[in-house]
This record gives sequence, structure tokens and C-alpha cells, in this order.
Amino acid sequence: MTNFHDLDPVEARIAARGVSVYYGDKRAIDNVSIDISDEYVTAFIGPSGCGKSTFLRALNRMNDTILGARVEGEIKLDGEDIYKSGMDVVQLRARVGMVFQKPNPFPKSIYENVAYGPRIHGLSTSKAELDEIVERSLKRAGLWEEVKDRLTESGTALSGGQQQRLCIARAIAVEPEVILMDEPCSALDPIATAKIEELIAELRGRYAIVIVTHSMQQAARVSQRTAFFHLGKMVEYGKTSEIFTNPREERTKDYITGRYG
Amino acid sequence: MTELSHQERAQRIANRLAQRHASERRFRALGFFAVALSALVLAFLLVTMTANAVGGFKRAELAFKLDLSGGMLQIDPSQLAGDNPASALETAGLRDVLQFAAAKALGDKAASELDPDAWRDVARKIAADPALLNTSFDVSLPASDDLASGLRGDGAPAMVALANDLAAKGQLSTRFDPGFLTRSDATSPQSVGIWGALKGSMLTMLVTLALAFPIGVFAAVYLEEFAPRNRWTDLIEVSINNLAAVPSIIFGLLGLALFLTIFPYWRSAPLIGGMTLALMTMPVIVISGRNAIKAVPPSIRDAALAVGASKVQTVFHHVLPLALPGILTGTIIGMARALGETAPLLMIGMKAFVATAPAGFTSPSSVLPVQIFLWSDEINRGFVERTSAAIIVLLMFLLVMNGTAIYLRNRFENRW
Amino acid sequence: MSQEHTVKAFDEEITKLRGLIAEMGGLAEVSLAEAMEALVKGNLDLADSVIARDKKIDSLEAEVDRLAVRIIALRAPMADDLREVIAALKIAGVVERIGDYSKNIAKSANKIEQRKKFEPLTLVPAMADVARGMVHDVLTAYAARDPHLAKAVIERDDMVDAFYESLFRNLVSHMMENPATISSAAQLLFVARNIERIGDHATNVAEMVYYAATGEYLTDREDKTGA
Repeated sequence: MTNFHDLDPVEARIAARGVSVYYGDKRAIDNVSIDISDEYVTAFIGPSGCGKSTFLRALNRMNDTILGARVEGEIKLDGEDIYKSGMDVVQLRARVGMVFQKPNPFPKSIYENVAYGPRIHGLSTSKAELDEIVERSLKRAGLWEEVKDRLTESGTALSGGQQQRLCIARAIAVEPEVILMDEPCSALDPIATAKIEELIAELRGRYAIVIVTHSMQQAARVSQRTAFFHLGKMVEYGKTSEIFTNPREERTKDYITGRYG
Repeated sequence: MTELSHQERAQRIANRLAQRHASERRFRALGFFAVALSALVLAFLLVTMTANAVGGFKRAELAFKLDLSGGMLQIDPSQLAGDNPASALETAGLRDVLQFAAAKALGDKAASELDPDAWRDVARKIAADPALLNTSFDVSLPASDDLASGLRGDGAPAMVALANDLAAKGQLSTRFDPGFLTRSDATSPQSVGIWGALKGSMLTMLVTLALAFPIGVFAAVYLEEFAPRNRWTDLIEVSINNLAAVPSIIFGLLGLALFLTIFPYWRSAPLIGGMTLALMTMPVIVISGRNAIKAVPPSIRDAALAVGASKVQTVFHHVLPLALPGILTGTIIGMARALGETAPLLMIGMKAFVATAPAGFTSPSSVLPVQIFLWSDEINRGFVERTSAAIIVLLMFLLVMNGTAIYLRNRFENRW
Repeated sequence: MSQEHTVKAFDEEITKLRGLIAEMGGLAEVSLAEAMEALVKGNLDLADSVIARDKKIDSLEAEVDRLAVRIIALRAPMADDLREVIAALKIAGVVERIGDYSKNIAKSANKIEQRKKFEPLTLVPAMADVARGMVHDVLTAYAARDPHLAKAVIERDDMVDAFYESLFRNLVSHMMENPATISSAAQLLFVARNIERIGDHATNVAEMVYYAATGEYLTDREDKTGA
């Protein structure tokens, strides 16, 4: 297993050590350690059922919603263990946002979708401030030009690609430190996918981005660091360019060259 | 199994095809007939009811001129503006004046067949328009029950003859009776009205809704979203499911034992009736509420949680609005059942004869289904048509109530 | 190599690519041998067949180009598959040049006079043998994906270079002593140069074989170990 500490001298936004996730008695993630940094987009790849989505969801404690889910080990956000007893999950999720596989905008207006987060967290003190936050978030998500004249229309009336960008704007609106993306493009057509990938490239640096993807080409295009998961273990982690041209582990090579299974 | 050639395969499919199409046609025919039969039965019910009810909205009335000129009625006009003008007019001798005028116009025999409460109609008229006091004006007053039966062709031959005679002279006829909707219960079918029961039903339904809806919805939300999954919550779930199937009369017994022990002086009040019916309606709302909440896709919940909403915020800002159409459907079903329930209300005593509409939630009252039940038990044939009319009123009320709920549900459904 | 690709057609295409390279390499090897014989024996028919064979080598290179581009476009090869395809592309180009050099040697065959008396002529086949051995071994290394054999080939290039130095001195002194043989000697110089270039190209192929097999560049490793 690659020793990732030497790989990245930059400071880690999220540091996971010895993380195991259990669903009841079944172990879905086995002793994974990894650092996530602001500077790089990190991609998690691996075959179906390897646990990459499970691990992603452990990073913002979305596994808490599943009965019988248990997390061992340590996950630190800016040095603070997110599973410690005093941690407020609501606050955590304002710092670690998530975008899901199937676009899921609220069945409310576009404005309301983006404004909901800042409003419940009390991030704005006036309507004007809220308007500003909404505009800024939509601009950063590359959606402003397309929807600025119809902010009161329902979010669900947009096309799939637009809906996903709306979900990204919604995640951005609370000014998170990390954005987790669980196969964000798998339900989208190639053009919408390309727009989202371009968006990810623009967001890099401002937010630490982790993307789970089934497409190796996407991981190769979009990320600078890639982690390969297999049967709940993290088999290899390294620079994307190296993983895809000269992986160290046999299992990684078999998977990315299509010799798996 | 060896692979079939294309012809063999096509042949096998063709062989089975006729059978499948026939079975499909049979099913469609069955479905159509089932629907047609139900529609026929419903149509039959409505037509019979309406046909009977038409007569219920009319009553036999005697028409004549009432001459009050010449100061026949000595009364201070200020008393007419007071609390009880009818009583004041009674003291002033309205009844005798009326009797006298009727005898003069119609004859003694007919005059004695004026409904005993007929004078109240006149009193009301005069109280509304005191200028009539010294004038001569037309009145159309309810005939007695015997005379009304006589007009229908029932009862003593002498009465029938009298009725026909008066009808021929144009002094006795059946007129549309809007007062049916504004009067309350009475002993005679001629002066009976549905308003008392209608208002009682309205008040009871309000109490039922005010209690069952919030408690039911919050219980559904708690059980579905917040309660831990253990043996106790399983037990509660099973209990609620069974409660919905309990015969309504048991709730009456419960109401009797519980509410009337605590508030014995409020027997027959819409408050008690409403509370009893709320007990009955709540399980239905909880069950449909839980199903509606379960049907909200987890993606919405995930989206809200991921943006940092707390559990409560997720439920109230996102899940409930989406579950509302389903909850409202359950409420409609529950309330419709509550509206038509007679047994529990009979048990708690909402069957008293109440001659005036209830003043408030704690006044003695009747409700529509109970009123219908009581009238249908009466010997006097005049009540038959009134009963049908009351049924129509009940159906109308149900229609309005459901219509409102469906409108509300559609309004919420559009946003989703 | 472990399992096959889940998509069988991918395996077939890689096999075809390797086959084309092997075929090209074989032809280049034969061309070199025949060119040398034509040169030493003065067999002009053999020289013509070498020249004709070069066209075949060129057309095979074009085929390798097309197939490699197709594989990259359609299969999006990763890791060792990617290195293999890139290496195949480069190797084809290099083998094509080896073929060209053999052709040039064959063309010189009819320009040498008075063979029996021309002493330096006997040295050239020995040099060509080393070069031919390098070409043969590097193609074997390619077929077997053997990085060690490839490395061994690279080390032999020094021998070819040494041969070239000595042949050069030899020919120059011969030209000074026998001015009448200058034109033949000059031709031989060119031939020696061609063989030395063939040795260099075989080295290039060996480096690519090493890269395809291990993912590392040989030149980097040499720097690190200081060899």
C-alpha cells in the first residue's frame, strides 16, 4: 500500500486514519487511511460494491441515516474528529457538502433551492444578502446566465444537467470546505457531463473536491489524485497520471485495463 | 431444450395468441360490467333519494290574508326589536288574532287545521318588518300534520275530503319550503327543520378535525421519522392498525366511559361527539399519513440533510409538504366516515330531541345521521319525505367537505 | 501477463499489432543479412531483392500506424496496454528506418570494385553481425516483453561503436595508402556508418521495449545509478 504521507507535503483538509465502516456485522470498509487536500481533486474508483460510495458518505456522516451503520477509526476535518461525541452533524454538513448521483433539487423554486441552506444556517441577515449569495452560487456553478430570468420557476423543470448544476450551486451556497460528489454525471448526457467536469476544474482550489466515479476516463480527466478501492480496502492511492500509466498494484492494473472480472 | 426454428417459434406463438386475446377481452368485459353495475346502483340510489327528497323540501300550506289593520294587535314596536319578539307578540295575542283571521278566511274546520306553531312564522315576519303591524298582508302558513296527510291522500276520509276541498279553492297547496334548512327539530313534520342537525354536524366535524388532524399528522411524523425501531414502536404500529378496524360503536362506549365521566354536563354536546369521533378518525389519518411519508423519496431527505438541515427541518420543510396530498386523502376518508357515523354518537347520547340549533360547542345538539335515524323511526308519514330530504342535505354536506379537501390536495399536488 | 481483457476484440487487436511488429522486424533482419551478403559477394540480384523488400516494410509501418491509432481511439488503453501501443508505434518507425539503412547498404553493393583485394571489406561483416544480433535480440525481447534482454542489447551498442571507430581508422589509412580505392573505400565508410546507425536504432527499440514492460525510462535509471 502506498505511503501517502510522502506523496503530498500539502496540508490535508480531511485526514482519515484506520477507518472501517460496518453495516451491522458486515464490514463494508476495511482499515482505510487517506488524506484529502484542497489543492487536488481526489477521485475514488473501483468496481461496484467496493465501498467507495460508503467511504464517501462516511466523510460527512451521511451513513448515520442508515440503521446499523457503524464507523471505527478517525476522520479529522481540519484537525477535529468528526465522529467525536460533541460534534454537531448539522454543522458538519454545512462544512462538507454533497452532490448525489441522481440530481435531486427540492421541488421548490430555483431561488429557494439555493437560498434554503444559507437561510437555515443563518448565513444572511437581509434579503439583499441572500440574493447576493444566490447569485454568487449560481454564477460559480455556471448556471446563472441560463436561469437568472426565471428564478421563481420550479427547480425540477430544468434539464438533467441544469438540475445537477443547481444541486452544486445549492451545495456551494453554504460555503463548504469540502464538496463530495457521488457519481455526479452518471445520469447525464455527454455534453452535460463535460460542463460539470469543467465546473469541477474551476472549483478546484476553492473547495476540496472528492469525486466517486465509475468511469475511469472521467477520473483520469478530472482528478489529480486517485484512490482505487476493491472489496472494501483501498488498494492503491497516487497521482492520477501515474495510476493510469503505470500502477503499482496488479489489482489496480487489472481493473483499469479492463481485465477485471 | 433444443432451439426452435423461426417457423416453429412463430407457430407456437400464434397458437397461444387467440387464447390470450380472448382472456384479455373477457377481463375487460368483466371490468366494464363491474363498473357499469356500480354506476347503476349509485344512480338508482341517487335517483330514488332525490325523487323522495323533492317532496321533503315542500310542505302543505294554507294561504290567506291576515288583516292587522285597525289596531287588532296592540304592541309596542320597541319590544319587536328586543330579545324575544315572538314571546312579546304571543303576549299581545297574536295567536288568537291569527286563529280568528284564519277562521274568517278558510272556515272553522280549516282554521283548526293550522299547524300549532304556525304563529311563529308570522311572528318572525312581523319582527323582521314591523311596518306590517297595521296592514293587511298575505300569509302562507303550514297546515297541520293531519291536513298535510289528508292532502297526500292518507289518514281519515274526512280530512282527505277537507284537504281536497281547500286545494280546489286554491287555499291549500304544497309550496317550496326553504325554512326546512333554517328550522330545527320539531315534533310535527310540517314545522321540522334540518338546521339544528346541520349546525350540530358542522360543529362536531370541526372538533373532530381540530383534534384528529394535528394529533394524527404529528403521530404519523413521529412514528415514521423519529421513533426508534424497537418492540415498543412495533406494538404501537400494530395497535394503531387495529384501531382503524374497530367497530365504531366501541368508540361510543369509550366516549361514554371516558368523556362523559369527566364532563357529564356536556352530554349531547358537539364537543363530546367531536372528541369521540376524533378517536375514531385518528388511526385512519395516522396510517395514511405514515404511508404518504414513506412514499416521499429518500433522495429529497438526503438532499436536505446534505445541505445541513436538521431532522426536524428536513421533515417539516421538505417531507411533510410532499406527503400532504396523501395525508389529505386519508383525512378525507376519515372525515367522511366520521360524518356518517351514527352508532358512537347514539351511545354518547346525541339523540336527544333538541328543538333549537346548538349555540356553541357545549350546547346539546344533534347531528345529521342521528337526525335521519330518529326521523326514519317516526310513525307520522310526513317524516318519510323529510328524511329523504335530510339524506340529500347530508350528501350535499359530504360533497362540499370532500370537494374542499380535494381542491386543497390538488393545489399541493401541483407543486410536486 | 495475467488474464485477458474482458472485451475479447481488444486482445485480438493487441495480438495483431504485435504480429505486425514481429513481421516487420523479421523482414528488416533478413534485409540486413542479405544486404551484407550482396555487398561482400557482389550479388546484385540479392541487392535488388533487398530493395524490393523495403517497400513491404514501409507498407507494414503504415499498417501499424493505422492500427495503433484505432486502438487508442476505440479502446482508450490504460497502463501497460497504453505503453504497449505507444511503444509499438515508435518501434515501427524505428524498424522502418533500419530497413532503409539495409536498403542503402544493398545499393552500395555494385559500387565496390576489386573485392578480392579489398582488405577492409572483411571487417564489415563482423560489425554487421553484431548489429544483426542486436536487432534479432531486441525483437525477441519485444516478443517476450523481456526488459532484461532489452537492457543487454543496449550494452552491446558500445561494441558496434568500437567497430565503427576501428573500421574508420582502417579505411582512412587504406585510402591514404591506395588512392585508387578511394571511391570504394568511401562507399564502405557509408556502409559502416549505416550499420552503426542500425545499432543505435536497435538501442532505441530496446529502450522502448523496456519502457513498455516496466513503465520506467532506461535513460532515467542510468542517471540515477550513475552507470
